[in-house]
Amino acid sequence: MTVMEQRGAYRPTPPPAWQPRTDPAPLLPDAEPYRVLGTEAAAGADPELLRRLYAELVKGRRYNAQATALTKQGRLAVYPSSTGQEACEVAAALVLEERDWLFPSYRDTLAVVARGVDPVEALTLLRGDWHTGYDPHEHRVAPLSTPLATQLPHAVGLAHAARLKGDDVVALAMVGDGGTSEGDFHEAPNFAAVWQAPVVFLVQNNGFAISVPLAKQTAAPSLAHKAVGYGMPGRLVDGNDAAAVHEVLADAVRRARAGGGPTLVEAITYRVEAHTNADDATRYRGDAEVETWKQHDPIALLERELTARGLLDETGIESARQDAETMAAALRAQMNQDPALDPMDLFAHVYAEPTPQLIEQREQLRAELAAEAEPEGAQ
Amino acid sequence: MTTVAVKPATMAQALTRAMRDAMAADPSVHVMGEDVGTLGGVFRVTDGLAKEFGEDRCTDTPLAEAGILGTAVGMAMYGLRPVVEMQFDAFAYPAFEQLVSHVAKMRNRTRGKMPLPLTIRVPYGGGIGGVEHHSDSSEAYYMATPGLHVVTPATVADAYGLLRAAIASDDPVVFLEPKRLYWSKDSWNPEEPTTVEPIGRAVVRRSGRSATLITYGPSVPVCMEAAEAARAEGWDLEVVDLRSLVPFDDETVCASVRRTGRAVVVHESGGFGGPGGEIAARVTERCFHHLEAPVLRVAGFDLPYPPPMLERHHLPGVDRILDAVGRLQWEAES
Repeated sequence: MTVMEQRGAYRPTPPPAWQPRTDPAPLLPDAEPYRVLGTEAAAGADPELLRRLYAELVKGRRYNAQATALTKQGRLAVYPSSTGQEACEVAAALVLEERDWLFPSYRDTLAVVARGVDPVEALTLLRGDWHTGYDPHEHRVAPLSTPLATQLPHAVGLAHAARLKGDDVVALAMVGDGGTSEGDFHEAPNFAAVWQAPVVFLVQNNGFAISVPLAKQTAAPSLAHKAVGYGMPGRLVDGNDAAAVHEVLADAVRRARAGGGPTLVEAITYRVEAHTNADDATRYRGDAEVETWKQHDPIALLERELTARGLLDETGIESARQDAETMAAALRAQMNQDPALDPMDLFAHVYAEPTPQLIEQREQLRAELAAEAEPEGAQ
Repeated sequence: MTTVAVKPATMAQALTRAMRDAMAADPSVHVMGEDVGTLGGVFRVTDGLAKEFGEDRCTDTPLAEAGILGTAVGMAMYGLRPVVEMQFDAFAYPAFEQLVSHVAKMRNRTRGKMPLPLTIRVPYGGGIGGVEHHSDSSEAYYMATPGLHVVTPATVADAYGLLRAAIASDDPVVFLEPKRLYWSKDSWNPEEPTTVEPIGRAVVRRSGRSATLITYGPSVPVCMEAAEAARAEGWDLEVVDLRSLVPFDDETVCASVRRTGRAVVVHESGGFGGPGGEIAARVTERCFHHLEAPVLRVAGFDLPYPPPMLERHHLPGVDRILDAVGRLQWEAES
């Protein structure tokens, strides 16, 4: 017996914790990204789903190529391509029900189109004739968000509101690896977990925030681990494996819809193109790295699986390619027409009713336009 | 049912009543913010709402202003009508990106398809002995952001009427609540119907012939006091309470200045880049030939808000207002 014990020293009996501490183990992501294609799990995948994913992937890649070509022809102001990331883009769209909502970032035009938004309307922002070209309520797709991660709290609020109204609606919010450093990335998952909102966060870790590699962005064990700090499960998935991304997202959507709360999914993928057509990727990464990733191409992975299982042959590949070409030709034709612009629109939607100040300014512009339209010399 | 003698209500109570009536009338109205639930807000402006409507309708959120406003945007997208409380003026700054990049722009960027009926309540201004970060006048930032309405009451009746109008508006409204008027009382009777006027109308609080004091929010009572004191100097001052900074009521302001021929703009916010510069320019552009003197400004100094023991030197007071009135070139008349 020690002296302290003899004297009846203070034995700590701490007051009850404010919050019962929960076991983090079930929330932790797997050590390795989840894969389906080329593994035993592939046998369980629905052949119809795999075929559909394949068709959309091929179309998606062609869409990216067409949009990039349109920037070179001056038909688009800018295009952030998601080539190499088609599996994430397509799976995010296909995993949702009609009543669900998608919250895309600026690189997610493919997901927006795969969700059913008109391919031309989806490009309005990047053509520059308006900011958002589609009605968000029509396909339940929020505007493409340029300020990083700011769309995430919107998804949480919408999902929370749906739950309050008793609707079983799920919101899926997309963000990149760079976006996870933003403050809104912290606040949104925190609110989502506290409110148990039916939200799925999909982080596409494509390796770069413009030029900055992930190592300069975070010291976390993985981006999926960030989920644990908010009290939600984190899942790590091979972002180039369309079947795996679809399965992991489907699990998360199901869980959210059933009232199980939010999930954070990190999909590991690669931005094969530069940040946008205005970027020069050779300044910050080597060809060898890009080539390695091209060996792990989402379309090739799925094609290999489908052909090995006899679900796809040369005719099927050619037919998917043809569908994509038809889509690209239609897009090209429509984008080669000048959009109809009405400068008066500038004043139409700032408020429900224009303020007296805006009415004055609108009339000023109207008069300027009328003067411009006067024939030369007519006074 | 018992009849209770009506006691004069404070501005804080009128604001509470406005939210309560709005929540009772429309199930889509949701109040959210830091400490707004169980506590009833640090100024008790949401007192009793969580108890009456439940915590789903009056919600204590995590402590994160960008998250509060950002989630409110999502709730508004789904058809709710969130009323957000920012606990203090300077604590609203983390929400600035959501406010500027999304709240203010959503209707416009979607060509009217996705309006955001949001009210953002911000207790603002000084005069309560608050320590650093508790007394800012941040209205100039909001005024400079197209897509927002910016409203501020100066009377108990307006606190009720303008907040009801803000909540009913299909556009986002930044509703600035003058902290030091929270406990002010006037003749407003909560049991009598209050006219809910549309946002965007100024009001003449006091008629006068000599000069117009153009002001809003916490400076309105100061200007009323100054106008009383000015009588001793032989000046009969008119006081215009703007009530709404956006939209701006040029009509009421200019009608007054054309009558009096002289104007002083009074506000707590700093003068440089502050609302007064815009107001003075608008008045000058529209009323130049009616003006007997340049439009003057009495504003807070262009410095970070002072510590409480020095704030009285910063805030526009009666003497500083009367000094400005005295500089309106009266000698030219004689």
